[in-house]
Amino acid sequence: MTKSGVKREGIMGTLSGWLYLAPALAFLIFFMVYPLIDVFIYSFEEGYNSASQTYFGIGGYNYSYVLRDPYFLQAVKNTFILVIFTVPVSTILSLLISLALNSIEKFKKLFQTIYFLPYVTNTLAVGLVFMILFQKTPYTDGLINLLIKAMGMSPVDFIEGPYWAKMFVLCVYVIWIVMPFKILILTSALASVNPVYYKAAKIDGASKTRIFFKITLPMISPMIFYLVITGFIGAFKAYSDAVAIFGVDLNAAGMNTMVGYVYDMLYCDGGGYPSYASAAAIILFAIVLTITVINLIVSKKTAPKG
Amino acid sequence: MAKSQDIVKLERTAKTKNAVFKTLMYIFLAFWGLVVLFPFYWMLLSSIKSYASYMGERLPKFYASDPTFDNYINAFTQVPLAKYFLNTLIFTVITTLLMMLVIVFAAYAFARLDFKGKSFLFVGFLALMMIPNELVIITNFVTITNMNLRNTFLGLILPSVTSVFYIYLLKENFEQVPDELYYAAKVDGTSDLKYLFKVMIPICRPTIITVIILKVIECWNSYVWPRLITDDANYFLVSNGIQEIRENGFGRDNIPAMMAAVVAVSLPLIILFLVFRNKIMEGVSREGTKG
Amino acid sequence: MEVRLEHLTKIFPSRDKKGSEVVAVNDFNFTIPEGKLIGLLGPSGCGKSTVLYMICGLEKPTSGKIYFGEDDVTDVPSEKRGAGLVFQNYALYPHLTVRQNITFPLENLKGEEKLTKEQRNAKALEAAKLVQIEGLMDRKPGEMSGGQQQRVAIARALVKMPKVLLMDEPLSNLDARLRLQTREEIRRIQKATGITTIFVTHDQEEAMSISDMIVVMKDGVFQQMDAPQKVYDDPVNLFVAKFLGTPAINVFEAEVKDKKLHIGEDMVMDKVNVKDGPVWCGIRPEGFILDEQGALHCSLTGVDVMGRDTSIVSTNPKMTGLNIRSIISAEDLKLTSKDSVRFNIKRSKTLLFDKESEARIYYD
Repeated sequence: MTKSGVKREGIMGTLSGWLYLAPALAFLIFFMVYPLIDVFIYSFEEGYNSASQTYFGIGGYNYSYVLRDPYFLQAVKNTFILVIFTVPVSTILSLLISLALNSIEKFKKLFQTIYFLPYVTNTLAVGLVFMILFQKTPYTDGLINLLIKAMGMSPVDFIEGPYWAKMFVLCVYVIWIVMPFKILILTSALASVNPVYYKAAKIDGASKTRIFFKITLPMISPMIFYLVITGFIGAFKAYSDAVAIFGVDLNAAGMNTMVGYVYDMLYCDGGGYPSYASAAAIILFAIVLTITVINLIVSKKTAPKG
Repeated sequence: MAKSQDIVKLERTAKTKNAVFKTLMYIFLAFWGLVVLFPFYWMLLSSIKSYASYMGERLPKFYASDPTFDNYINAFTQVPLAKYFLNTLIFTVITTLLMMLVIVFAAYAFARLDFKGKSFLFVGFLALMMIPNELVIITNFVTITNMNLRNTFLGLILPSVTSVFYIYLLKENFEQVPDELYYAAKVDGTSDLKYLFKVMIPICRPTIITVIILKVIECWNSYVWPRLITDDANYFLVSNGIQEIRENGFGRDNIPAMMAAVVAVSLPLIILFLVFRNKIMEGVSREGTKG
Repeated sequence: MEVRLEHLTKIFPSRDKKGSEVVAVNDFNFTIPEGKLIGLLGPSGCGKSTVLYMICGLEKPTSGKIYFGEDDVTDVPSEKRGAGLVFQNYALYPHLTVRQNITFPLENLKGEEKLTKEQRNAKALEAAKLVQIEGLMDRKPGEMSGGQQQRVAIARALVKMPKVLLMDEPLSNLDARLRLQTREEIRRIQKATGITTIFVTHDQEEAMSISDMIVVMKDGVFQQMDAPQKVYDDPVNLFVAKFLGTPAINVFEAEVKDKKLHIGEDMVMDKVNVKDGPVWCGIRPEGFILDEQGALHCSLTGVDVMGRDTSIVSTNPKMTGLNIRSIISAEDLKLTSKDSVRFNIKRSKTLLFDKESEARIYYD
């Protein structure tokens, strides 16, 4: 009772509070709240013309157009493949690395620093490096193909060659980019597990694998679920990684993603097609939302109580 | 007391097992370190090979036989890389400054001031955190286009001067400053504004610096919005610049010059990261666990 | 400066819609004479700090008036009142040096009161000398002990030459030894400056040892105000009697029959000039006289020797606490039995209270 807050009573207090908030509020309303409402309106306005800002009518045509557009279907396929490969691989790999990091003392800090580097680098810039590493040109097969040849297989052009090869590079690059964040989160989650549990388990004679599955994993499972959920969301929104490797014209390369499709729709000549873009964006987020909800239900069911 | 044979034996096997395990761990970690570092090494290496020697290598070499800085000179003379840098610098500085101004006031209002409608508003703010950028970017693109702000700094900057997450982060930090400091300042006749600048901000400096660094990284690497809003190369930021260089710059084959540009673009952030390593990693992990 | 509170009341609205509102301070009326050190005493959560915050203007009273001297300051903003405030956790600005902390309030002065940097530093040094920290002016609060920090906080409150100095549990965050030291220090500073000082505490010993007067409150209600010894000797009700004194007063269920006071079967005191009926009888620990023929029969539990004093711990069926503590000087200590003990009681140390209202009953 003694620690009750000091109230700034009356109109002056309210006024100054809102005054401090006004700039943030103005920006958020103009660039977040209004656009959020508007995107739904756009998506139902048929034949919207951004030059004259007119439209013919209201209906679901934009959605059916997008869903029949082969570029969009290609983008959906690419995105799903990307999600299905990168999320499990990056999560498991980062868990293994974090476990290894947690088991050593010397050079731990050094390794952590190195592993985090991709997080702060420019996606577009480093993507170029991946491109030249995987590229096969008339002059050179590129470094990766050299390795492949050394193993006795024939070289492949990963950048302009077959679909699976292009997909492979994209997955590798996406994994390389998302690992730092996951390693960071999992390492701190592992470090925060109270060592008392490990000591107790050791005294009880539990083996290393048993300790991992019975103690470590359950303790950090909330963080793993969190990483899986954010990983899904992030992978569904992949775009600049693809641009970095295959260039701006992703449709031509057959490597577009759903977000890429949205932007390309906007960026077209003459102001683009915000209606199609909106419809595609809403389809994308309907998918993301569904998968997130499924994830949440699964994590609720499997997560240990307490 | 002499240890029995069995125990000595047990201890020895445990020790060897442990050593083998440790070694395997280090090999594994070193391997991943290599995977992470190799692209950086390769871009550095390629950037100091001359065009002729790079093209001459049918089998890429892991060292540069005749290191040269010509590629860097080319990167800054043949393509407007310097201009891209300047644009990015202007964009980063103005966006970060404006954002700090906006979010510090907002966070202070939420943390310290008491006014009607505060809790209602805060719930609204939290809800905004869930909204993906991809949904709102469409209308923003149309808005900025209609305002004739394409290919201007204003158009680049405006949509990124607020961040709900950073407001939240700062508010949490402001709330940790004990109430008594505020009461003491009130009794001494300190205005809210003076309290914010003289007490709150200096005390919360570590968090504020972290937010600034994270925002600078975000600005420096931003690609999507600048790509939509600029098609005039005079307003390209480094990300778009790199893309432009790749498509139309030195010619598709001059990889060494391209790599020099890539190194130049990556270097500032790598230095920033090495200097503020702890702050950045701590900030990002907080973003991860709370956001 | 004299401080006068008239019908001061503070009601906090309930936090949720269903809960009832909380009366933190209920109809306070008292006058604090100029230049005195007043201890505002009560159990935790009884509204002491709220009274303090209302006096300095951080909290607005629901009703009632506050006067500094002849001036009604009820609606005067806190910075214009001229009150200095010291907090339990010192509330020093951690990023500023001691000097900057002390000059901070002076930087807010405007217009005619505005001071130059030299004047501010001179004043700060003066205040620092008063609390004897002038050698630590360039340290940061984090580099000092709790006692030193609290002195800085006092210097910061004093530097504006406040008309009234308010302290909210200033000693609670200090360890036992520092607490003793600092409370002497507060006494000295208050004497030296002559500033009317109110300090809030839940520790009765602290309040009694340094205050000119103490104010006892309970659940937002004013109980008694007087010199410490007077409140101890002459409490107005059972709560005040129980709250002051260590060991605490021993309370018995007693009965008055024919002007005689009975505890159980034992007739412990005569010439009790009140009407017959049950009463609460409080006997201070020093009010017991060991006597083989004593009137009050108790079973002996043990003997505690604590430095100078020896206390006999015993029990009686009519007592209300866990046991009876009586302080006996060592030379009088002659115990004849291992498991029983008998006392006579001192009339001046025996207090009677109404069984219902717990108000004091005077029996002479």
